Amino acid sequence: MIRLDFAVTLRQGVFTLEVADAASVEVLGVFGPSGSGKTSLLEVIAGLRTPDTGHVRVADRLLLSTEQRVNVPPHHRQVGYVPQDVALFPHLDVRGNLLYGAPSRSRIPLHDSRLPSPDSRHDLEQICTMLEIAHLVDRRVADLSGGERQRVAIGRALMSAPRILLLDEPLTAVDRSRKDRILPYLLRIRRELHVPMVYVTHDWREMHAIADRVLVLEAGRVGEVRSEK
Amino acid sequence: MEQGVLSIAAFTALMGVLSTLVALPLGIGAAFLLARRSFAGKPVVETLMALPLVLPPVATGFLLLQLLALDSAVGRALDAAGIEVVFTWKAVVLAMAVMNFPLIVLTVRAGFEQVDVRYERVAATLGAGPFRVFLTITLPLAARSIVAAAILGFARALGEFGATIVVAGGIPGQTQTLAVAIFNLTEAGREADANRLLLVSMALAFGAMLLANLIQRRKPVA
Repeated sequence: MIRLDFAVTLRQGVFTLEVADAASVEVLGVFGPSGSGKTSLLEVIAGLRTPDTGHVRVADRLLLSTEQRVNVPPHHRQVGYVPQDVALFPHLDVRGNLLYGAPSRSRIPLHDSRLPSPDSRHDLEQICTMLEIAHLVDRRVADLSGGERQRVAIGRALMSAPRILLLDEPLTAVDRSRKDRILPYLLRIRRELHVPMVYVTHDWREMHAIADRVLVLEAGRVGEVRSEK
Repeated sequence: MEQGVLSIAAFTALMGVLSTLVALPLGIGAAFLLARRSFAGKPVVETLMALPLVLPPVATGFLLLQLLALDSAVGRALDAAGIEVVFTWKAVVLAMAVMNFPLIVLTVRAGFEQVDVRYERVAATLGAGPFRVFLTITLPLAARSIVAAAILGFARALGEFGATIVVAGGIPGQTQTLAVAIFNLTEAGREADANRLLLVSMALAFGAMLLANLIQRRKPVA
């Protein structure tokens, strides 16, 4: 469980995203049709987009507050972001992708507070086993199937020892039959690693399967809040 | 000109390499700023950087000469440090670097603009600061353009004449490049010698351009 508290107002041309929520969740589902502002919300939490006004707090850490002029840059936020198009680095092999965000002594300055806590320190082997991608580590990214890319992207995000995992429609790139094969991995992450997630989708089936709290977005606003479990 | 053809060619190639080594890092920095950042006065900066492409090279040379003159601040500082530039090989490198800089910036910038920002954004969420993102994502994904820019810059430097002759003088055995030597020989009516240098120039330029084309045409990674 993690306490997730945000309020965001973001104007993009004629569209305005205005959402707020504060709750302790394991998996917060954000449900809505395309164009309802789901991706923008994830980008605000990840620090890739700055809202006009608002705040974002993950657990006890304030990541953004326009009022207090706090805006932690994305590389200090410890969020594992898996964009819809996964964006695996094409010039690195699978191993290079998985290890890109892995904390190591040499990469973390001494004064940095983002040293992973012991329970969030996931090693390559554990994550590869869990996502069943161990046999892929020496492959080129271009040679992976859609479902494999998706799992590698999730693995890459997990390897960065995130406090929260942000998943943007993780199953849309894979066809119906494969969806049923990816979802169990995500449920395993939830069950075994206890990494909280924000899960964006426009598929109710997925939402039911994974989320314990659901925000239904309609044209940039929260239309309904549901507790799933 | 009693200097051998090979010695002139080697000197010119060396100057070309040095000028590219000077202009490339600066060009990469400038190209990155132009491709990824917006700042006040950007159009003016862009235009100023492209200026040597269209200004008569002799004018650029004259500008450099005045910049380095003993009555200018730069000239006085260099003189105080005991560094002599004008009419030395350093002036050749400087003139070539100034002339190939815009070409390098244009080529590298186009390369950076082709790198999808999605990769940079994801890298940031994985904990990479801006400098690490640049070194490990942007730079490798634009590698082909950077190599092509270096070769184009080098090729451009080989042919540089106008600016070089003004700031470096084209002194045989000291600052005389291929282009300057060809000019000197035709002026002296020694066409056979000029032709030999012409062939060498063509071979160098052809090789460099061919390489640049081949590199830019290879199938991209992304």
